[in-house]
Amino acid sequence: MELLTLQNISIVTAFLLMLIGLYGALTTKNILRIIIAFDVFDSGLNLFLVALSYMNNRVAPIIDATTGTENLSSKFVDPIPQALVLTSIVIGVGVTAVMLTYAYKMYKYKNTLNINEYKDARW
Amino acid sequence: MNISILFALILAIIIVTMAIAVLVVKKIKTAVLVSGVVSLLASIVYLLLASPDVAMTEAAIGSGLTTIIFFYVLNKMRSSDV
Amino acid sequence: MFKKLFIIAIVAGFAVLLWSYLRHYSERTTLNDLSTYYVDNTAHEIGAANVVTAIVVTYRGFDTLGEVTILFVSASLIAMFLKSMGKEKSRNARPASLILVTAQKLLFPLILLFGVYIFINGHLTPGGGFQGGSVIATGFLLWLMANPEGHVPQNLLNTIESISGFGYVAAGLFGLILGLGFLDNRFMGLGTLGHLFSAGVIPVIYSFIGLKVGAELSNVLHHLNEIQNEE
Repeated sequence: MELLTLQNISIVTAFLLMLIGLYGALTTKNILRIIIAFDVFDSGLNLFLVALSYMNNRVAPIIDATTGTENLSSKFVDPIPQALVLTSIVIGVGVTAVMLTYAYKMYKYKNTLNINEYKDARW
Repeated sequence: MNISILFALILAIIIVTMAIAVLVVKKIKTAVLVSGVVSLLASIVYLLLASPDVAMTEAAIGSGLTTIIFFYVLNKMRSSDV
Repeated sequence: MFKKLFIIAIVAGFAVLLWSYLRHYSERTTLNDLSTYYVDNTAHEIGAANVVTAIVVTYRGFDTLGEVTILFVSASLIAMFLKSMGKEKSRNARPASLILVTAQKLLFPLILLFGVYIFINGHLTPGGGFQGGSVIATGFLLWLMANPEGHVPQNLLNTIESISGFGYVAAGLFGLILGLGFLDNRFMGLGTLGHLFSAGVIPVIYSFIGLKVGAELSNVLHHLNEIQNEE
């Protein structure tokens, strides 16, 4: 039927991943689980951006002998969101690595991973 | 419906099930592995969406390096909370 | 109990936002104006066969410079936090198995070669600097797992990273000096489409980015391996 296109499936999956990641980051008490939930949220966000770039019956944006060099704007999918997602994935891994370093330092300071024990910055 | 939409539907159901499994499982090691599997399956979906650059980046960085950095840090945290 | 309701209200609000986007969503049939310009003019203006590479390095090159800066700052943060404070004991790690040590000696140069191949051909096939750098870091991880207490040439990694970062900015400044604009790629010859030496200075820039990302991620993995010795 008409609702079950590749783009609709990808966008709904990406939204569900974002919601599950957000819910996980807000409810769990273990610091490492919060970081894993942020990782799932990043995957959902990048999937949403790439799903916006797809159009039916078009090919990947690489010029070679089978595409020629004429009339390319009716043969390629949108290349701009792919360039943005490339940057976003690399930044995501940088932020995850820094978060894990902070978690390690917090564990060495108080020897617990429960986030309710860290009351230093509360009002 | 043709075969690629069926394949995408099966992959989407598996991805959402694994994402719920990240919140539900008891051990942290299993949750880290499952998040690596979510990244790997998302990289296959990127290939179905006609973007090979993004698929290669996600497979190398999201599913390889992030999981191994998690395990390096997890090795130093042996307590009853984990 | 109120905290649970508050959290559910936040997630439900987010879900309503996303649903209201999905309801009015209809697929496009033509590219918008900016994408049409990028796709049509890559072949004769930039000379790269990979349109995503041309966008990332030339058309939106400044964003790539910002991304390399973010990676550098996060690697410096990790190196600063995980500096060893003395108090080391030997790890007494179980030595790696014979299969791993033998396979590592064969596979480590091949994985490095594959990573270099990915970022040198970044303008012709899918790939580029960041992908090649990650593959190089994965090869280094294989070496680390086979020799957990081996000597890591940290000075060499730092030198490669510094020179590559400096070379990337210098390549951009050359474009500025020769009158074309910062990070323009046309001051080297464009060549013919599809050959290795084409697309101006894009292979040089991607080589610098690939080496820099590879050295940076290897440094992060080395620091994470060092903290296994502590305490």
